[in-house]
Amino acid sequence: MGIEGIGARVLRKEDRRFIMGLGRYTEDMVVPGMKRAAFVRSPYAHAKIKSVDVSKAKSMPGVIAVLTGRELKSDGIGNIICGWMIHSKDGSPMKMGAWSPLAVDTVRYVGDAVAVVVAETRGQARDAAEAVEVDYEELPAVTEAVDALGGGAPQIHPEADNNLIFDWELGDRAAAESAIANAAHVTRIRIVNNRLVPNAMEPRAALGHYDKAEDHYTCWTTSQNPHVARLVMSAFYNVAPENKLRVIAPDVGGGFGSKIYIYPEEIVCLWASKRAGVPVKWVADRTESFLTDAHGRDHVSEVEMAFDADHKVIGLKVDTVANFGAYMSLFSSAVPTYLYATLLSGQYGIPAIHANVRAVYTNTAPVDAYRGAGRPEATYLLERTMEVAARELGVSPAELRRKNFIRSFPHQTPVIMNYDAGDYETSLNAALAAADYEGFPARREEAKARGKLRGIGMSCYIEACGIAPSAAVGSLGAGVGLWESAEVRVNAVGTVEILTGSHSHGQGHETTFAQLVSDRFGVPIAQVSVVHGDTDKVQMGMGTYGSRSGAVGMSAVVKALDKVEKKAKRIAAHLMEADEGDIVIEDGALKVAGTDKSVPWFQMALAAYTAHNLPGGMEPGLKEGAFYDPANFTFPAGCYICEVEIDPETGKTDIVQFVAADDFGNIINPMVVEGQVHGGLAQGIGQALLEGTSYDPGTGQLLTASYMDYTMPRADDLPSFQVSTSNTPCPSNPLGIKGCGEAGAIGSPPAVINAITDALGIRDIAMPATPQRVWQAVHGAGQ
Amino acid sequence: MSDVSMTVNGRQVSANVEGRTLLVHFLREECGLTGTHVGCDTSQCGACVVHVDGVAVKSCTILAPQAAGSAVLTIEGLADTGQQTQDGLHPMQAAFRQHHGLQCGFCTPGMIMTAVDMVRRHPEGLDEKTVRHELEGNICRCTGYHNIVKAILAGAEAMRAGAGVSAQAA
Repeated sequence: MGIEGIGARVLRKEDRRFIMGLGRYTEDMVVPGMKRAAFVRSPYAHAKIKSVDVSKAKSMPGVIAVLTGRELKSDGIGNIICGWMIHSKDGSPMKMGAWSPLAVDTVRYVGDAVAVVVAETRGQARDAAEAVEVDYEELPAVTEAVDALGGGAPQIHPEADNNLIFDWELGDRAAAESAIANAAHVTRIRIVNNRLVPNAMEPRAALGHYDKAEDHYTCWTTSQNPHVARLVMSAFYNVAPENKLRVIAPDVGGGFGSKIYIYPEEIVCLWASKRAGVPVKWVADRTESFLTDAHGRDHVSEVEMAFDADHKVIGLKVDTVANFGAYMSLFSSAVPTYLYATLLSGQYGIPAIHANVRAVYTNTAPVDAYRGAGRPEATYLLERTMEVAARELGVSPAELRRKNFIRSFPHQTPVIMNYDAGDYETSLNAALAAADYEGFPARREEAKARGKLRGIGMSCYIEACGIAPSAAVGSLGAGVGLWESAEVRVNAVGTVEILTGSHSHGQGHETTFAQLVSDRFGVPIAQVSVVHGDTDKVQMGMGTYGSRSGAVGMSAVVKALDKVEKKAKRIAAHLMEADEGDIVIEDGALKVAGTDKSVPWFQMALAAYTAHNLPGGMEPGLKEGAFYDPANFTFPAGCYICEVEIDPETGKTDIVQFVAADDFGNIINPMVVEGQVHGGLAQGIGQALLEGTSYDPGTGQLLTASYMDYTMPRADDLPSFQVSTSNTPCPSNPLGIKGCGEAGAIGSPPAVINAITDALGIRDIAMPATPQRVWQAVHGAGQ
Repeated sequence: MSDVSMTVNGRQVSANVEGRTLLVHFLREECGLTGTHVGCDTSQCGACVVHVDGVAVKSCTILAPQAAGSAVLTIEGLADTGQQTQDGLHPMQAAFRQHHGLQCGFCTPGMIMTAVDMVRRHPEGLDEKTVRHELEGNICRCTGYHNIVKAILAGAEAMRAGAGVSAQAA
């Protein structure tokens, strides 16, 4: 316990270096002799490469090397893979097309890497990249998944007929269809979840350094999971054996999923470093980030939700087409399947659910997990459909949801998940009260008197975090286990180091992980260091995504702390000639309960290392490791209410109030949790109001490839948020944590769109609901 | 190539650089001051904001030779400009920490430099609406701006209070 323990609003340890400009990001890294790389990228969405002529580029000032896909292949560098096997409903494995880090014969999206130039300076590398002459034979391109499935669409990979990667299903089709056939009411709606670009503020970067003396590679990279990067680059891409490859993810400037994957550039920088004999650094510019970072969402779904006469949901049938872009990124196949269809029961007791998902190649950037990953798509679909249903049935949206809530736990849904705990009504009631839901009609009238259209919308979301039990995900096709590791080192003077396989890229682990130690041993967090992001320092780990650092990463720390505590108590008991079971740890000391005997923490630690007087047979030292494999997913849930005011003259939507009532289980640091919610809300509101990713359908050119074209949420687009939490502990992990990193982005888009459609009195509006679209809706101008 | 000299955080610096070198790259690569970041290349995101002769400038929008002879202040030099909290921070830096106005830290230096300039340009004081409007040139993807706005309002108060104290002391 104590002022720096679990539940304390502790200021962040890592902040000092960031606010002083002393953060160390990949681009800040300098290695003697380091040169700069620039990539030659396809300007076409789909083309044959007839030839690549590098002769002119090679002769330009400062150029050290110009390397192509043929050389990469001749050196045995492997193709980029997707690590989660999905089988179609006919039993066939997913159709994974070849993705060479540098394209050899064919380019499949604008931005596909074709060659790399290594030169003395950034400018020289870019100049020479422009001088590489690639002779392309342009092919027809397709950008929309629904179009790519149709007959006559260009064939993007020879492995995937009709561009279909898999045709997968979950649930009981007959039961869902029967429920629909026997329903008192069926709500039918087409739900489009717009494609988003993650836009971490730090662009991706990589610095590859081949050390000839040691025959050893080091890669600094903007990664959320450096150990996985090492594993994959070693096992699949033949860059180097794991023991000859060190991956370091130093300070990383946001990820949101986009920095989970292993991209061509880090592979190429490592390979090029050996080829060219110099350390090679590449830093994306923002347009490269738009073109080549894995995008998110991009689903089109047909939904049928069946109700009985009592307004209970009795069945749900979903048919989804998911756009995968030009290649299968690392986790892409898991997103619209096991991270999506498994959440289609939402907070509701739905007896029959069936989801069919077709995954499709298009000539666009690869699509993979982005903050929420599948769960925002499920939530948007359910919560838009619920809202439309409430209006069709003429009942309160809040009461329709309340009526259908799951109320007893554990609850087995028809789509794999077993919800372990939850209290959805508490969140709903908290949100309704905070939003003064009852007072809304008066506010609407008041706005109307001012010529404004006011609307209110809600969303009751559930998600699954803490991925995941390794055996469970293995049985579902995952290529890796999804445990986490920790090592706790108590030094001889009593200071503590935590080594974790989780990775912080803004989440504040250096503070929150240290709070666990302070809570347990009374050691001030200033004396606790958290080490992460370096495969040479930290034992194998799985990294940070899916809101898993608390539920899984911290649980591993707790397991290691348990072992440390046990040994520390044995040492203290021995020193005080007491019984081990009588030792308690309080106020930075190990005490014999009920007596005044006490050994300070540091003295116990020193005894462990001097080893002059340890219990018989005990090894010296005080350092313990643990691997934690979760027993279940965790299930954060909550209720969001958005209130908007629309100016019918301009179509501009102002969010006048946004309430978030979340149940994250136990909380380590409320300040950090609130910050995660705020950021997630901004991304979800951005999706709903502002962020549209637009490819030109004819040419496949990305029309929104800069901040002048892609609308990022800015400070004056957003309100201050009203956030609160309830805390139903998660029963499956030792800290009772559920995870909070993605909820904001998952729960908010339907609340916003429900509010806008309420204000306008319309059934649906496409995201992003830009002023133009809203104005057209107001004035009946269509789109 | 051009010889470029300027004062950066009170220190005279000179380097021979390509004429096309942006000020931000001059600061990062010639001066080793990597606190100033490049987030977008199109002068939209504000991660590169520094002060040139006392005025906030996006250092990706000007060439290093254009800043020749100027006095440049970066995030690394901010705490040495006068007002300091007990732990050696500028009051605006301290406010960002106190109010959890940062997560990944990448946009933070530009946010803080913008905020300090915002306070200078608004001697009448700041309110939430003004701060949100003034942040139109700075993008953050982590915080949703909620705590950045709080931090800037608090930092502005602290700067004013600190200035008041030093004026009284003088």
